[in-house]
Amino acid sequence: MLIKKPDSIKSSQITPESIYRNRRQFMKAGLGLAAVSSLGLPSIAQALEYDIPTDLPQYPGPEWMRAQLTAAVRNEALSTTEEPAPYYNAITHNNFYEFGTDKRDPVRKAQNFKTDPWTVEIAGEVAKPGNYNLEDILKPHTLEDRVYRLRCVEAWSMVIPWLGFPLADLIKRFEPTSKAKFVRFETLVDKDQMPEQDSIFSTIDWPYVEGLRMDEAMNPLTLMAVGVYGNALPPQNGAPLRLVVPWKYGFKSIKSIVKIEFVEEMPASSWNIIAPGEYGFFANVNPEVGHPRWSQATERRLPSSLLSPNIVDTLPFNGYAEEVAQMYKGMDLKKWY
Amino acid sequence: MVLNLPFSPAIQARLRWWLLFLLPLWPLANLVGLGVSNDLGTDPAKFVVDEMGTWAINFLWITLAITPARQVLGWGWALKFRRMMGLYALFYGVLHLLAFCTFLIGWRSDLFFRELTERPYIIVGALALLILIPMGITSTKSMMRRLGKRWKTLHRWIYPASLLVMLHFIWQIRASFYEQLIYGLLLAVLLGYRLYLRYQR
Repeated sequence: MLIKKPDSIKSSQITPESIYRNRRQFMKAGLGLAAVSSLGLPSIAQALEYDIPTDLPQYPGPEWMRAQLTAAVRNEALSTTEEPAPYYNAITHNNFYEFGTDKRDPVRKAQNFKTDPWTVEIAGEVAKPGNYNLEDILKPHTLEDRVYRLRCVEAWSMVIPWLGFPLADLIKRFEPTSKAKFVRFETLVDKDQMPEQDSIFSTIDWPYVEGLRMDEAMNPLTLMAVGVYGNALPPQNGAPLRLVVPWKYGFKSIKSIVKIEFVEEMPASSWNIIAPGEYGFFANVNPEVGHPRWSQATERRLPSSLLSPNIVDTLPFNGYAEEVAQMYKGMDLKKWY
Repeated sequence: MVLNLPFSPAIQARLRWWLLFLLPLWPLANLVGLGVSNDLGTDPAKFVVDEMGTWAINFLWITLAITPARQVLGWGWALKFRRMMGLYALFYGVLHLLAFCTFLIGWRSDLFFRELTERPYIIVGALALLILIPMGITSTKSMMRRLGKRWKTLHRWIYPASLLVMLHFIWQIRASFYEQLIYGLLLAVLLGYRLYLRYQR
């Protein structure tokens, strides 16, 4: 399925600034309490309104998820006030190598990707291992809308309004043992649905795997996302369940998760296996440590145009230093990149 | 590829020249068209830089293919276009560099210097372009006459330049090496042909 941008809509018009601004003001007025809550937990349900052009694909999600999606509210405390990228750009510019290496491959090739029903295996050093339906995993959680900066290691970035819940809440439910020092994630392997997994030219040894240290996984910023722009995740964005770790390069935020494993040793992660000199396990956004291919000092905030490339300085920890820097105290971040 | 048109040989030759002169401008025209209709995608800077780079490689490979095409396939007419194709390789290479400076680093000299010193793939790419520049400058007929035998020696630098370009490309492999494999195999054939001839002699 090829999704063409309609000529009549300029990308800048897809999510008018006024809508975001107005809604935010409205929410600030109505939900002052939610915003000042130190944990950032939303307390009053108020449907989010997003301007999604009707001629672009919609992703309402499975029936059982609707009520939870529509009940989500903005977590102001943990959200950036920067303008989110237009919906069109967020759903058409993706790195999801299971569906191809071009940024437009995922939107072209993932539209029939089956994401419901979905099972997630909880495994390893945990009191309640097992295979769980996504519906059951999601049920006890209140979804929050969080606007995060997403910084790709390729030196571009986008602002994305995610819908999800803290990974910490999920972890607590399954009761990891004292041996659980790291969390390891796995993406689905399905060669019939994910064409690039069948390619002999791929450098990735499927499944795609990622990991976090336990304190990183428990950090309030770390999100398990099931939606964007007030709706379910489009398949090209990692439906139905993905990780979002906003202070790390995007490749840490693993998509279409089928396994969450609690382990004692630092797990291998896909890009670290492919090129250990280029991609570290931590992969914290750091303008001081360049990649052999990309300076990390600046980034292109997308969408950009040729007339205004939108080059901005990259911030340590992608601007989340206040929330996360203390976890890396005493660590040489040049060594542990 | 030999055009058999119902025209006199002179007109045929002229038509061929215009065709082969204008056709290589298509990628640039296409890009301008996409730019005007705002269809360069979410990351137009990257897209334009990649496109220009790809066409620089394409024309470099085409330039290298002309001698084998003439000798193996008997395309005697092709030799006339070798310099033109080489100049198009340089043309797109320069556009690639200009697009990089303008759209990716916004003419920031601090970034430019860092890219040029810290990133091996950019260093080899820049070296390849540096090699192509004197070749472009000396591509006129009067220069050919003036340089005589040395012209040929100078223009043999296309071989190291092509290897540097290949390295520039290989060092950008991320999740798939498909394109690099195709271009690498083509280059192996093109350079292997020369080695084979040398060995024969």
